[in-house]
Amino acid sequence: MSEEFKLEVVNPEKSFLLKDDVTEVVVPAFEGEMGILKDHISIISFLKPGIIKIYSKLGEEKYYVEDGIIEFKNNNLSILTSSIFDIKNMEKSKIDEMLRVAEEETAKDNISDQAKYLIDQKIEVLRSIN
Amino acid sequence: MASLDDLKKRIASVKSTQKITKAMKMVAAAKLKRAQDSAEKGRPYSEKMNNIILNLSEGISDKENAPKLLSGTGKDQIHLCVVMTSDRGLCGGFNSNIIKKAKSYFSRLSGEGKELKIITVGSKGNDQLKRVFGDKIIENISFKNSKNANFFDAEKVSKIIIEKFQKEEFDICTIFFNQFKNVITQIPQAQQIIPLKTDINDKEKSEDNYEFEPDEDEILTNLLPKNISTQIFKAMLENSASEQGARMSAMDNATRNAGEMVDKLTIEYNRSRQAAITKELIEIISGAESL
Repeated sequence: MSEEFKLEVVNPEKSFLLKDDVTEVVVPAFEGEMGILKDHISIISFLKPGIIKIYSKLGEEKYYVEDGIIEFKNNNLSILTSSIFDIKNMEKSKIDEMLRVAEEETAKDNISDQAKYLIDQKIEVLRSIN
Repeated sequence: MASLDDLKKRIASVKSTQKITKAMKMVAAAKLKRAQDSAEKGRPYSEKMNNIILNLSEGISDKENAPKLLSGTGKDQIHLCVVMTSDRGLCGGFNSNIIKKAKSYFSRLSGEGKELKIITVGSKGNDQLKRVFGDKIIENISFKNSKNANFFDAEKVSKIIIEKFQKEEFDICTIFFNQFKNVITQIPQAQQIIPLKTDINDKEKSEDNYEFEPDEDEILTNLLPKNISTQIFKAMLENSASEQGARMSAMDNATRNAGEMVDKLTIEYNRSRQAAITKELIEIISGAESL
């Protein structure tokens, strides 16, 4: 039996990515990184800023996300996100710009702890890929 | 009867109008293709979102303390209506159809003694509504500068709505938009987004128990505002496809009418020219005869 399952990444504008031969997906879930293999229990979870790693026969692909929801059911993984970027195609200038905006945000004192946590996460991830 | 010169001028003017409507039709057709594409591409997201919310709301343990966005405030006194129209005219009945739908809803509300608040999205709707319901309009949003419907704009609208909801400025929120069926048919829709109406029947009921991380309530609290943006975005996409479709068929009609008018005017022009020639001939002949 193959160990592959289906993955669909959609953003509001279009279906971003559709694959039916992924073997493992690692998502930055709200309470820590989570690896999903075939026949995982049905799950709904949130994403925090981080990197989605997709493993298939072709190797590994990495995407940067800022937020989103995942749903896994019957070996179908759906990732809904409004902000997803292929790390290969991310330009350094863009990352710098995003970092700058995030750092400005976190410097404000009127943000909630949760928002601050998310932005700190974002900065950390952006620094790591930069 | 109009003189030859006048007729000539009118033919020329109708012809140039025809050129404009023809060009507008072409532009609308090209834009329609794009708008339709993005409306179709946007569907999976909103469908998936809906599914997840349905699953969540079924599984929610504590119905009493469910997020207000889902369960509502428990009243239905103040209604907020978000009327979504286009920013440009010359698109047939597109805007009027939405307005008509909205107005009949408004009059039903006031008949029931409910309070009404209106947000207009798109300047054409605002123009048409402000005469009668001017005092009810609390906000007018327009995206004249953005070329295509984008998610960022939708989020702006939903942010305004959610803010108002949290300040308890309204109990029920309904959005009005045109659903795109095909180029000649657009169906004006009224969709209630707060509190969320869940239509459990039209979905295969899932028996699975989901694992939630973090727990249901927290996911739901975070998801519901997103769902509102998604619904609004969907409405915007449908609307922009409908707008281009409506404009295309309106301009097609206009071009055809202009063509008919040119034909009619040309016949009239030829007739009066012939009449003038005949008249001159008669004058010459009768002048020669009298000699």
